[in-house]
Amino acid sequence: MSSVIYERMRVNPKFQKLVHERGRFAWTLATIVLVLFYGFFMLVAFKPGLLGQPIAEGSMWAIGYTVELCMFVFFWLLTVVYVRRANGEFDDLTAELIKEAQKERL
Amino acid sequence: MTRRLTSALTLLLLSGLACAGPAMDASGVKQPTNWHAIIMFLIFVAMTMGITYWASGRTKSTADFYTAGGGITGFQNGLAIAGDYMSAATLLGLTAMTYTSGYDGYIYMLAFFAGWPIILFLMAERLRNLGRFTFADITSYRLDQGKVRTMAAISSLVVVVFYLIAQMVGAGQLIKLLFGLDYNIAIFVVGILMMVYVTLGGMVATTWVQIIKACMLLFGGTLTLLLAYSQFGFSLTTLLEKAEAVHKLGPKLMAPGSLLADPITALSLGLGLMFGTAGLPHILMRFFTVGNAKEARKSVLYASGFVGFFFNVIFLLGLCAIIIVGQNPEFFEGGVVGGKIIGGGNMVAMHLAKAVGGNMLLGFLAAVAFATILAVVSGLALAGASAISHDIYARVIRKGEATEKEEIRVSRYATIGLGLLAIVLGILFEKMNIAFMVGLAFGVAAAANFPVLILSMYWQGLTTRGALWGGYGGVISAVMFVVLSKSVWVDVLGNKAALFPYTQPALFAMPIAFIFAYVFSKSDTGPRSKLEKEAFEDQYVRAQTGFGASGASH
Repeated sequence: MSSVIYERMRVNPKFQKLVHERGRFAWTLATIVLVLFYGFFMLVAFKPGLLGQPIAEGSMWAIGYTVELCMFVFFWLLTVVYVRRANGEFDDLTAELIKEAQKERL
Repeated sequence: MTRRLTSALTLLLLSGLACAGPAMDASGVKQPTNWHAIIMFLIFVAMTMGITYWASGRTKSTADFYTAGGGITGFQNGLAIAGDYMSAATLLGLTAMTYTSGYDGYIYMLAFFAGWPIILFLMAERLRNLGRFTFADITSYRLDQGKVRTMAAISSLVVVVFYLIAQMVGAGQLIKLLFGLDYNIAIFVVGILMMVYVTLGGMVATTWVQIIKACMLLFGGTLTLLLAYSQFGFSLTTLLEKAEAVHKLGPKLMAPGSLLADPITALSLGLGLMFGTAGLPHILMRFFTVGNAKEARKSVLYASGFVGFFFNVIFLLGLCAIIIVGQNPEFFEGGVVGGKIIGGGNMVAMHLAKAVGGNMLLGFLAAVAFATILAVVSGLALAGASAISHDIYARVIRKGEATEKEEIRVSRYATIGLGLLAIVLGILFEKMNIAFMVGLAFGVAAAANFPVLILSMYWQGLTTRGALWGGYGGVISAVMFVVLSKSVWVDVLGNKAALFPYTQPALFAMPIAFIFAYVFSKSDTGPRSKLEKEAFEDQYVRAQTGFGASGASH
C-alpha cells in the first residue's frame, strides 16, 4: 500500500526538486566544512610556524587561535543556516508532497 | 613530550564521551574523603532517582523503553547529545592538555567539534526517517534481517563492551581520586546505579540523567571560568601575556606543537574521531528519541552549539590554570612549583576550581564528573541492551514474533547482565593499560558500523553479501590493527616491536570495509540482490520525506 504512495511521490516533480535542491545544499555545506577543516589540519601539519604568528604586530592573538575561533563560530552558523532552510522551505515542500500523494488515493 | 601527548591523546579519544585515564596512573594515591563532593553527588542521585521513579511509570512499551516514545524535543535531545559528548575526560583531559601543551589542546577540540556539522548535513535526517530503535533497523531495512542484524548487533556489542570497560576503569580511578572512595566500591556504585536507571526508567530516565548532568557541567565549567577569568580582567591579552611569561613553552604556547607532527596518525585520528562518532550505537540511538526529522536537525543544532561553547570555555580554563594552578605551591607534591601536580595532570581543572571557588566549587565539579560517568555508562548499557533484545532476540531469534512485554523483559535482563559484566571486567582490568580499548571502540565504530550504515542510506547497489563482508571485514581488520599496534602488541602483550606501526586503525580499516562492501555487492548477482536493489527506491523516498517513519507515540 505505502509502496503505491512512495511511487506517486517519486514521480512527483516536487520530489525531484526536493531531493535535488536539498542534496546540493547539504553537500555544498559539508564540502565547505571538510575543505576548511582538513585544509586547516594540513596547515597545522606542514606550516605550524605560520599559525603561531600574531595577527598584527605586538598583538597577543595568534593567527591559529583566531582562525580556529572563527571556524568554531562559522561551522555553527552553517548548522543554523541548514536547519533554518531544511526545517522551513524543504519541510514545507515535503509536507505538500505527502499531502498530494495521499490525496490521489481518494 | 611526545609520550605525554600520546597519552593525553588517548585520554582525549575517550572524551568522545568518555573518561578514563592512562595519565591518571601517575598517582594511584587515594585522596582524603571529599565530603562536599559526596553530599552534592548524593543530591544528584536523589534527584535522578526521583526522575527514574517518574520515568518508570511512563515506560510501558518497547518504544518508551528504547527511545522514550520519540517524545523528546530537539532542545532536550541536543542537551542530552552534548551530555554524551562532553564527558569527565573532556573537562579534565582537555583542560590538562591545554595546561601542558597550550594551543594543541584547542586544535584537538576543533577535531571533536567538526564531526557534528557533517552528521547534520549528511546523516541526521535519514537516520531519523529510517530508524526506529537501533541503527541496525536502517542497515537491515531492505537486506536480509537475520544476517545483517546479527552482524550489526555484534559490532555494536563489541563497541559497547570495550567502551564500557574503559569507562568503568576510568570511573574507578577518577572516583578514587576525587572522592577518596575505594576503587571497588566506586565500580559497584557506578554499576548498580546504572542498572537502576536503565532497567526501571529506560530511555526516558537515561535521557533526563544526561540532560541534568549536561546542565550541571555547563554551569560548573562556566562559573569556574568566570571566577578565574575575572582575575585577568576578562582580557585575553592580559591572560596570554602572563601565561606565556610563566609557561615552559613561552612564546610558543599559542603555536602548534607536536600534536600533528606525524600526518598519517593525525589523519587517521581525525577520521576515527569524525566517523567513529557517527558509528557509536549510543549516539545513533539518540536520533530515534525525537519525533521527526525537524527535531533531529534541531538536536544537532543545539548539541553543537553547547559543545562548541564548552570547548572554548575549557580552553580558557586551561590557560587560566597555567597561572592560577601552575604558580601555586599548594597544588604540587612537596610544594615544589613545576614539580608533580597532586593527583596527576588530570586534576588541573579540579585544582583550578578549588583555587577560585573553594571547597564548594571543587565538590560541585567532582560531583559533576561522577554524574558524567554514570550518565555515559547508562547510555552505553541501554544501547548494548537494545542490540541484544531488539536486534538479536526479537528480530533474529523470534523473527518479530515476540510480544513487547517479552522484548522489554529481555532488554532488562540484558541491562543487568551488561551491568554485572561491566563490574566484573572493571575490577579485573583495574591494573591493566586499558587505553587501547577506546581505540578499539572508535576503530570498530568507524570501520564497521559507519561504512555499512552510510552505504545502506546512500548506495542503491549495496546487497546483503556486500554489507556482511564490509561489516565483518571492518570489525576484524579494526581489531587486528589495534591488536598488532604498539598499544596492545607491545604494551599489553609485552612483545618487542609492534607489527603495525600506527596506533589509529581508522585510516586503514575504513577503506577495507568500503572496498569489501563495494566489491562483494557488485559481484552479487543472486536473485535476492536484485530485489534488494529494487527495494532501495521506496527506502529512498522514505529517507527523503519521512513518510512512513515511526512517529512519536506520545
